[in-house]
Amino acid sequence: MKFPSELKYTETDEWVLVEGNIAIIGLTDFAQDQLSDLVYFESLVEVGDVIEVETQLGTVESVKSAGDVLAPVSGEVIEINTDLEDEPEIVNADPYVDGWMFKIKMANSSELDDLMSADEYMEQCEE
Amino acid sequence: MSEKNIFELSVQGRTGVRYPDIDVPLTEYPQHLKRENLALPELSELDVVRHFSHLAKLNYSIDSGFYPLGSCTMKYNPKMNEQAARQPGFASTHPLQPIETTQGNLVLMYLLQEALKEISGFHSVSLQPAAGAQGEFVGVRIIRRYLQSIGEGHRDKILIPDSAHGTNPASASMNGLKAVQVPSDERGNIDLVALQNMIDNNVAGLMVTNPNTLGLFEENICEVTKIIHAAGGLVYGDGANMNALMGIAKPADLGIDVMHFNLHKTFSTPHGGGGPGSGPVGVIEKLAPFLPSPIVAIIEPGNDEYAPLYGFIEPEQSIGRVKAFHGQFGVLVRAFAYIDLLGSDGLRLAAEHAVLNANYLLAKLKDYYHVPYPRLCKHEFVVEGAWEEAPDIHALDISKRLMDYNFHPPTNYFPLIVHEALMIEPTETESKDTLDEFIEAMISIANEAHTRPELLHAAPATAPLRRLDELKAAKELTVCCTPIFNQDD
Repeated sequence: MKFPSELKYTETDEWVLVEGNIAIIGLTDFAQDQLSDLVYFESLVEVGDVIEVETQLGTVESVKSAGDVLAPVSGEVIEINTDLEDEPEIVNADPYVDGWMFKIKMANSSELDDLMSADEYMEQCEE
Repeated sequence: MSEKNIFELSVQGRTGVRYPDIDVPLTEYPQHLKRENLALPELSELDVVRHFSHLAKLNYSIDSGFYPLGSCTMKYNPKMNEQAARQPGFASTHPLQPIETTQGNLVLMYLLQEALKEISGFHSVSLQPAAGAQGEFVGVRIIRRYLQSIGEGHRDKILIPDSAHGTNPASASMNGLKAVQVPSDERGNIDLVALQNMIDNNVAGLMVTNPNTLGLFEENICEVTKIIHAAGGLVYGDGANMNALMGIAKPADLGIDVMHFNLHKTFSTPHGGGGPGSGPVGVIEKLAPFLPSPIVAIIEPGNDEYAPLYGFIEPEQSIGRVKAFHGQFGVLVRAFAYIDLLGSDGLRLAAEHAVLNANYLLAKLKDYYHVPYPRLCKHEFVVEGAWEEAPDIHALDISKRLMDYNFHPPTNYFPLIVHEALMIEPTETESKDTLDEFIEAMISIANEAHTRPELLHAAPATAPLRRLDELKAAKELTVCCTPIFNQDD
């Protein structure tokens, strides 16, 4: 299982890749493994929406359960990976690159300080 | 695929019926209404009989074997109940008949209402809701209407434990309430500290299942209901697990204000076959005016000469009808027959045996499967279907392998708070011999998981289509049989 060190992580199993003032968000390898085969992805926000931390951005369903994707940071939604609507299995195959879900223009980058490092997240997963 | 569907068995020109020559004048339909190539299979009568007899043999039911599907209470449905429900006086009456001609049906409904009141401790019962989830919807709607009636309509938050059935938050949401999740503590109870911290002026209530979906009795239930009442909220009870309590504890005594019963499982007629459900709702006195209508009551008292007349009444502030006519009447008859035949002592004994059977299985399996909450269980329990030493084995593999041992799999991947959950509910109707056979199979599978995992991955080896593609089943929702015999397409 992969926990790339350049990413930040949430307690609710989202990862964040920071590129300038843009946060790219997806579900972690651990999350997709727990969910197993994804069959459904739906965005609950639209491009242009301004969202708060922990706003529900989207929902995923697998053959055995369902889960939420929560916003790790506040800001404006600037892009949604709509490919996942037809092929949610991309998240299983490649959770950190092609399986990205949302891009958010951050309103307050200090919120990133509340997120976990790869090591801290790995520890949480082991519990 | 070795199993052909009825379209694939079709042979062009084959028929099952020969119609006599037409001896009346033909009526012509307009040309544009005619279809030349109707997609109907062409088979002989014998082809059809064999096809469906074969499918019937492939069916697995409680009448053919052990069915420990957790949360579903797949108990044996006594044939006496079936006989009762099929009596013409019940089966052939129409709900719109004048009540004077259906007094027997109404008396049965009245007595069932009374029996459910006695079992639960509630003031009033409506038999209307058609199933458990509708019962939940009705219960939450009643809570909301009551709060509105006392000027507390702003309360829009309902607390739901993380072990709850998924229908709970759905029922709350459909009533316009916000579902807020309450965590469980390390014993599998509602976390009292977390619950206290969630209390505010917007709490409409709490939805609680007791025993909860881990099969554990909520040890602090009285404390929990007190906290909610003190905050001005009401407590909804999900009666799904009533099989562990009937005849032993009354939900109303535990502080529950409104609850649905799953007649179709606790009181026989298990629903796993897809038959109709029935989810009557019981309430405490102050909620009684809001029950869905109609309710059966004595509308003219009897005297020395005449029997009392039973009829329908509408509670004064009723939330209205939730189903056409009078509920799932056939299931009501079965449930009444079940309750009447067992009596109060029998119901208690059934609950005690359900708990005993579950604890027997738990005690025998706990050395082979990890038990996340190792304490006395009620009518069901949850184990983890995974081992660190067998990383490629999942709960699903164990479930599928059980089919090779000729058992129905337990519920898997629920409740969500247990990793690789297997939820096992034996019910009271199984003998020790059957339980022992199941234990042997489970132990054998645990051993195979460590020594011959390929057997589990290939399971079920005995099912006609082996393992079905669940991913495809969830993604491709359009199932259409191509009429392959159709030459015109």
